[in-house]
Amino acid sequence: MQRTLVTVLRRLALAVGLVLAVLAVNFTLIHAAPGDPALVIAGEMGGADEATMATIRKTYGLDRPLHEQFFTYLGKSVRGDLGTSYTYNRPVIDLILGRLGPTVLLVLTALLCAIVIGTGLGVLASRRPDSFGSGVVTVFSLVGYAMPVFWTGILLVILFGKVWPVMPIAGMRDVRAFGAGPWQAALDVAHHLVLPAATLAIVYLAQYSRLSRASMLEVLGSDYIRTARAKGLSDAVVTFKHALRNALMPIVTIAGLQFGNLISGAVLVETVFSWPGLGTLALDAILGRDYPTLLGVLTFSAILVIVANLITDLSYRWIDPRLRGR
Amino acid sequence: MSTEALSPWREAWRVFSSNKAAVLGLLMLAVVAATMVFGPGLYGVSAFDIAGAPFTAPFTDPKLWLGTDYLGRDVLAGVLIGGRATVLVGLSAAAVAVTIGVTIGALAGYFGGWVDLALSRVTELFQVLPALLFAMVLVTLFRPSLTVVVFAIGVVAWTGTARLARAEFLRLTHLEFANAARALGAGHLRLMLREILPNALPPLIVSATLIVGAAILFEAGLSFLGLSDPNVMSWGLMIGSNRRNILECWWAVTFPGAMIFATVLAVSLIGDGLNDALNPKLHLR
Repeated sequence: MQRTLVTVLRRLALAVGLVLAVLAVNFTLIHAAPGDPALVIAGEMGGADEATMATIRKTYGLDRPLHEQFFTYLGKSVRGDLGTSYTYNRPVIDLILGRLGPTVLLVLTALLCAIVIGTGLGVLASRRPDSFGSGVVTVFSLVGYAMPVFWTGILLVILFGKVWPVMPIAGMRDVRAFGAGPWQAALDVAHHLVLPAATLAIVYLAQYSRLSRASMLEVLGSDYIRTARAKGLSDAVVTFKHALRNALMPIVTIAGLQFGNLISGAVLVETVFSWPGLGTLALDAILGRDYPTLLGVLTFSAILVIVANLITDLSYRWIDPRLRGR
Repeated sequence: MSTEALSPWREAWRVFSSNKAAVLGLLMLAVVAATMVFGPGLYGVSAFDIAGAPFTAPFTDPKLWLGTDYLGRDVLAGVLIGGRATVLVGLSAAAVAVTIGVTIGALAGYFGGWVDLALSRVTELFQVLPALLFAMVLVTLFRPSLTVVVFAIGVVAWTGTARLARAEFLRLTHLEFANAARALGAGHLRLMLREILPNALPPLIVSATLIVGAAILFEAGLSFLGLSDPNVMSWGLMIGSNRRNILECWWAVTFPGAMIFATVLAVSLIGDGLNDALNPKLHLR
């Protein structure tokens, strides 16, 4: 128990270190970009005006030595002050917190679908590795991986926007649903979530089905599975209770590792479906040259990945009891 | 079955070429490559010029096989030339990523100790930065051009290779052949480049192939968002610029997307074939 606590604390310390490192990268980027950082920060504010520039330099402490600036920046960021967005004229942190929910909802729904369905398909395919169904899963995983995620989304928009209009193809809420009860609202969001989440899930579904098929095949060939079968255990118990639990390890590892890619995919999916998340915020920030917001989104999505990795690390202990004592 | 011993590379080719899917991938890639190398010259229509009325449907006008987009630009011309930028950027970015990844992974695995610790932390840092967002920031801060896009993709795509190279170098550094070379007085550089690297190559080649596919998808994503060079036609750019009109001209987004899909599929089929051919453990299955 105590050992577990120490490990958790160690992981937490590493995670905090990573967040600080991400902030350092942001700081470096602002200062490495061509031109005056004051200009970069000013963005569309109209940096040509000398008086404005002087004010910016003073407010951001750009007239101070570089290392001093760095620690000021770090201190402000840690306290949640990520600057002000010039396009929205609001604190960046407020903008981000407002968009965090939709992105997390989208990414987690997609990830959950991908893991559950993907693993299910992989397990099915591993039971008869040379069957037709297994071949279909293999082909599907190759196709799913090679489809550009934004193209998949667009094909779905064409399908459900033109051919079979039963799904909303843009946004997160229907104007007509505003003012309705909480259940109605949740149902409305869920309805809007179907296509974006499906788009994002397809890519990862493909990878998880392939991975779990390979992983299951390896586990099913091991001695303890033969023992379990020899004991006369039923096929279902052997597959799900004995084999799957061990086959899950690589799946969880990859899920954690890929969380960053998942967020990258979400940026594209949000753009296609006008989903009001961090990705569309980042793209708007780019179009408006709103650097504080853009870097804020980068920081926050990195934090999401760090948290996801932390959860992955801890879930190993739940899956594999051997790790609990360490 | 002949029992004659083949050289490792000949043996690899034998396994690769007996894999139907991999050979299909190779053929697909050859067709895509031929299309973009010779296609634009033979077709002779510029992808940026107005070729006809906007929203001309495909297969209706014999002069405009694949129709026109929302500006009246010839979709076929774009499909033919749009792969050049995509594949060029994909290959160069993969080269950058593999170079960074192998260098960092090799140093970490070979030297171990604090070098390994420091480099592994750096790798971890780049792993938590969502690649597309980070590339978006780089491209925005440094202005979009093909060079910046190559660099941006290369800088975010190397972590997997680094982990793999580190593991391989860690494993090989203390094997007998490396110790023998060390005893003969080989320096660090010689050991890493001439002794260990060749033995670590097979998995690294497979990983490099996969990175090429990922980098192509990445370039397409960036161009789709309008963050690549706007003066170079690419498949992603075609899809992105027609994004607001997809319900009026599905063909302007479907055909370039199908090309990206075919290219990436070909590359991953080849990657799978190489994996089977170069990974001796799988031969027995």
